Amino acid sequence: MASRLPPKAKPKGQRLEHYADARPGQAWPKALYALLKAQDIKQVALVPDAGHAPLIRLCEADRAITMVRLTTEEEGVALLGGAWLGGQRGVLLMQSSGVGNCINMLSLSSMCQFPLLMLITMRGDHGEFNAAQIPMGQATQTVLEAMGVIVKRADSADTVIDAVEGAIKLAFNGYRATAVLLGQQLLGAKDFRKLAQAE
Amino acid sequence: MAKLLKRRKVVQTLLAERGDLLVIGGLGAPAWDITAAGDHPNNFPMWGAMGGAAMLGLGLALSQSQRRVLVITGDGEMLMGIGSLATIAITAVPNLSIVVLDNETYGETGQQDTATKHGVSLSGIARACGIQDCRDVSRMAEVQALRDRIHEGSGSLFAQIKIDPEKLALVLPPRDSTYIKNRMRLAILGEAALHD
Repeated sequence: MASRLPPKAKPKGQRLEHYADARPGQAWPKALYALLKAQDIKQVALVPDAGHAPLIRLCEADRAITMVRLTTEEEGVALLGGAWLGGQRGVLLMQSSGVGNCINMLSLSSMCQFPLLMLITMRGDHGEFNAAQIPMGQATQTVLEAMGVIVKRADSADTVIDAVEGAIKLAFNGYRATAVLLGQQLLGAKDFRKLAQAE
Repeated sequence: MAKLLKRRKVVQTLLAERGDLLVIGGLGAPAWDITAAGDHPNNFPMWGAMGGAAMLGLGLALSQSQRRVLVITGDGEMLMGIGSLATIAITAVPNLSIVVLDNETYGETGQQDTATKHGVSLSGIARACGIQDCRDVSRMAEVQALRDRIHEGSGSLFAQIKIDPEKLALVLPPRDSTYIKNRMRLAILGEAALHD
């Protein structure tokens, strides 16, 4: 039986970074939150992802925003159709694996011409550790486009706000489903080996 | 065993004197049922998106918090979106009611069994999720009480109504979903909806 490697000593006083933030302290989530507010987003539907964690915290602290915690992502597609029927705007936050869960429900946005804004944090995109994330991550854009969704990408902090603002306008001015893919070059990729050694 | 309730009579009773009630009809027979009770600008019959009816109702109920929203759907449709009962329960909307017309079959595709035929209780799932008022309905008197609760009561509501798996002539709503959408937005929001 192989002996377990001794855990690497942790330098004294150094706090482990929160698991959820591969790159903590970036400025764009705050600017993104401000953009969503300025665009009158009232319902935030989500299945969480590490890359969305800072934005989720900002939205949770805002009493004017209703957080809808979904069990699966396609619920959010239907929810935001209902929101639009009643005159509210919303956003759907998910990671790329959730796109697969949305495929048939996206026909609702299409047949009704509902505006739909999806912000999708990528896994299996760039520097991924977990092989299980790669099939859906690589298929994400193709699958969305096959369902008629307009797809934009942001791979650096200085392009996020422009990409999302453009997508918001396409969605709500054009009554279309839109998605912005937030790439792993922007978000960073977790190294599970390091996390396994951390405790 | 008592005779099973008839779906069209149940829906007609639930929608009697409907006031400004907003109604979502899940795909298939419930969409035909709400149309048979009288096509209406405050109706949103669904032509597809199986599993999405309850969530569409939640989004509408959140955005129109002063209005009552009723989702009428089938057992197969509800089963496909069963997780949405957890989402709805924790989102705690006081103005959303969900009624499942349970004929224990996938009626549109040849009357194959659904899970409710084999003992799954949708009202039990809704109750376990934490929806406040969960009911099993099998008699017309209970349908009338349910109608009054939907129109006048407060708090989230879920009702599972056992109905006859009868095959009825389809009563088709308008076919273009963009028309149904715009018609409802105009009814709720007025002319402003056309300029939003």
